[in-house]
Amino acid sequence: MLYREPLKDTWAEQRLFNNRIVWALTGLVLLTGLLASRLINLQVVEYQRYADLSHGNRIRIQPLAPTRGIIFDRNGVVMAENLPAYQMVLIPEQVSDLEGTLERLTELKLIDEEQKQRFFKRKRSKRSFDAVPLRYRLNDEELARLSVHRHELPGVDVQAALVRSYPLGSSAVHVLGYVGALSESDLQRVEASRYAATSHIGKNGIEHHYEKRLHGEPGNRQLLVNAQGREMDAKGSTREELVRNRKEPIPGSDLILSLDSELQTTAESALEGRRGTVVVIDVTNGDILALVSQPGFDPNRFSAGGMSNEEYLALQNDADKPLFNRALSGNYPPGSIVKPFIALAGLEYRAVTRGQSILCEGYYSIPGNEHRYRDWKKEGHGVTNMHDAITESCDVFFYMLAMELGIDRIHAMLADFGFGEPTGTDLPNEKSGLLPSRGWKRDAFSRRSDRIWFPGETVITGIGQGYMLATPLQLTHFTATMATRGKRFKPRLVTAFRDPLSGETTEIPPQELAPVELSDDRHWDDIHRAMGAVMNTPRGTGWSASLGAAYKMAGKSGSAQVFSVGQEEEYDEEEIDERLRDHALFVAFTPLENPQIAISVLVENGGSGGRAAGPVVRKVLDAWYQGQNP
Amino acid sequence: MIFSEAEQFRPYRAMSFPGRILRKLCIDGPLLIALLLLAGAGLFVLYSAGGQQTDLVVRQLFRVGVALTALLMVAQIPPKYLRMWSPWLYLAGMIMLILVLVTGASGKGVQRWLDLGLIRFQPAEIMKLAVPMMAAWILHDRRLPPGAKDLLKLLVIIMLPTILIARQPDLGTALLICASGILLVLLAGLSARFILLTGGLAMAALPALWYFMLDYQKQRVLTFLSPEADPLGSGYHIIQSKIAIGSGGVFGKGWLNGSQAHLEFLPERSTDFIFAVLGEEFGLLGLLSILVAYLFVVGRGLYIAVHGQDTYSRLLAGSISLTFFVYVFVNASMVTGLLPVVGIPLPLVSYGGTSMVTLMVGFGMLMSFQTHRKLLPT
Repeated sequence: MLYREPLKDTWAEQRLFNNRIVWALTGLVLLTGLLASRLINLQVVEYQRYADLSHGNRIRIQPLAPTRGIIFDRNGVVMAENLPAYQMVLIPEQVSDLEGTLERLTELKLIDEEQKQRFFKRKRSKRSFDAVPLRYRLNDEELARLSVHRHELPGVDVQAALVRSYPLGSSAVHVLGYVGALSESDLQRVEASRYAATSHIGKNGIEHHYEKRLHGEPGNRQLLVNAQGREMDAKGSTREELVRNRKEPIPGSDLILSLDSELQTTAESALEGRRGTVVVIDVTNGDILALVSQPGFDPNRFSAGGMSNEEYLALQNDADKPLFNRALSGNYPPGSIVKPFIALAGLEYRAVTRGQSILCEGYYSIPGNEHRYRDWKKEGHGVTNMHDAITESCDVFFYMLAMELGIDRIHAMLADFGFGEPTGTDLPNEKSGLLPSRGWKRDAFSRRSDRIWFPGETVITGIGQGYMLATPLQLTHFTATMATRGKRFKPRLVTAFRDPLSGETTEIPPQELAPVELSDDRHWDDIHRAMGAVMNTPRGTGWSASLGAAYKMAGKSGSAQVFSVGQEEEYDEEEIDERLRDHALFVAFTPLENPQIAISVLVENGGSGGRAAGPVVRKVLDAWYQGQNP
Repeated sequence: MIFSEAEQFRPYRAMSFPGRILRKLCIDGPLLIALLLLAGAGLFVLYSAGGQQTDLVVRQLFRVGVALTALLMVAQIPPKYLRMWSPWLYLAGMIMLILVLVTGASGKGVQRWLDLGLIRFQPAEIMKLAVPMMAAWILHDRRLPPGAKDLLKLLVIIMLPTILIARQPDLGTALLICASGILLVLLAGLSARFILLTGGLAMAALPALWYFMLDYQKQRVLTFLSPEADPLGSGYHIIQSKIAIGSGGVFGKGWLNGSQAHLEFLPERSTDFIFAVLGEEFGLLGLLSILVAYLFVVGRGLYIAVHGQDTYSRLLAGSISLTFFVYVFVNASMVTGLLPVVGIPLPLVSYGGTSMVTLMVGFGMLMSFQTHRKLLPT
């Protein structure tokens, strides 16, 4: 009873407290439930999303470059391959004194100022633990020097890499092209993702045209990386997963060329250092056996990655244009080479018959006009029929024939052969030449008075001067068509692909083009006879070139005017600046009875075709037959 | 006075041998086991999170040892003395807090440490216990629920250290200390109407708080609201933490296999974000297990509170237990993105020493309350 009115009602307080504890427990359970539901949301509901994010966090995909396909000639000679080369790299985080290290390397003559600048450029896009290339190709002597001083140069390392190599050096460089360092603009035209691990790309020639085939399919491997992107050692199941997900690159396919590397070298040396071209085609299928453009350059300098800007500029600014593929991109006036084709048009359109003759007095004038179109032989050829006009290359005959035919019919016949159209061969940058016509002139000129076709222009078209242009490759192609009596094949370089893994070879069938069809096949015989006479009769312009040959040739000489001689002036080879001299041309096919191969030779500023280009034709053909019947 | 629970207490002689030892050492068995389990699990996870450095684990083990010794020592002190010392501890704590503000050695650009020559420590840690002790001391012989005068007193006692600590600035600790005081007042029986009223007012005042926050604190709130706005900057912690937990799934990636932690994507992985390492390596099951262990500790604490012999021990035990839960909840919420990032470690598991000692001292008090009850004859 003493505790009836206590100061503290302990019992009530205990009840109140217990009540509050129940409240607190309720809150506790609610909050824990909230937390648990959050965890379930993260770890069960959204598990896949976070698992993917975590995977992406730790796995980096490193692309692996495929091995580039090898290029062989028709006899299995390697023309482009991949050789191991040693490159010097530097890992920035392992170098305490970068300036000092670079200076020491300069002292050892392992790098120069330009390479130093390039190194800094490359370094910018790399992380501190990435190896940054310093030099791409070390020779044995440099490698030895680096090894000796390696202990002074922590962080400098040597890595082996495959480098494109051209064992024949500058030979066939205009066919093969070269590979060079992948540039921003290269990445615009290829699928950039496929080149992530590739450092070099085909820049010209076969290397460029067949880039897709040669390059192959890149693979990739997965790396375990930490938050800074550094590769970590993977263990256990992660390691297995990484190995399992590795995708090996598929090497690019090997190419087998129609080219005969021996013939090619012979043709190159046959030019004896003069600027010019040699193109040899198998007329039965369009295979290009040799394609020479001189001067050339050594493609190994590009692929090694060591060419300095100066060297490149020197190549680019060379007056002899070594980078320029004359055989494919050089547009030259075909000159007298066109005569057999005009003659064929004459026969086909009955503008002339086999027996018909004209009197050549050394010049021709359009009736009612004073202007004299001169013959190369001042005194004239006298009474000349078509056969002799081809044999002796009489200009006046063809002036008159061209007038008789008119530009439209000339155009029609030559267009059938493919004049004015690229041959479509498997090389880049092929020029189309130019086959003039009324329509072409109307569109090509802006001044009204220039848009009319003049009769005089028809006259000079008859001897392949004026607007007409053709590339050496085209000329060979036309000659081949002449040889096969109208059967046309697209000239080509790659005849087969080979899978480097299985060794399986896929032949590419020759591609036939629309043939030239004549109303009477005997017209072909007439032209063949006349072209044969060029080579095989003492009066023929190619007589000296075929003297004593073991095979029978048919051919045609020509000279392409570089510089117009005035009406009253004399063209004198000796007095004219060498670079303004006529280009010497010669086309031929052989054997006459059953043609197998066609050839064209161009010697820039060589003067007369018979004299300058004829001997080259002979040397190349001799070499060919030597190789055929050893 | 009648203690309805008195029957639960078996006479000393009826106890098992380990029971007798625990009784002699003034230790509450279930609570100790739960605490040891949590600290052990912490060491286990720490070994993985810290990149398998044994010295890290050894140092933490040493801290656990120190903290357990402190627990044992405090458990021996009868509640009467704890109650008597409360105002003095509070006073000493306040003096040190003021000293910190005036002379405090600066660590990380903020003033939290007091350098006493031989040892450096955070007075705020003392206040974590001193504030609820002081509050319980005030209410000990008052009628409950407290009247307006007492409430005003309590308000001053709680808010003074809160403001001082917030000024250091250590908003996380300040809020926790404030919470421990408020929880105690709530347990003391503050009327429901009053709670709702002030709660509503506080919610309304929340935006005003924005103007008192420092830039980095504002940034944390903004980051919390949209971590994806700056995934590599301020949002990085929380995004990587969510990836770690989420990618753990139900069963986890396995001990030592947490890629987020081992590949250094997860920041602060051995301290504030160790919960995420646990989630990545042990999955939902691991996290729920550890939450159950925490709940057990809190539950046991509340059980001790309910059986407290006087107002002081009841209120203090309740406050300590609930504050412990607040720690766990705030840390888990910030790591899972439910709350903004505040620097509060996961109690008993995160690497770090001072808070471990404070926590264990708190649990020592609980044990003291539990084991120093007067056994009344039936």
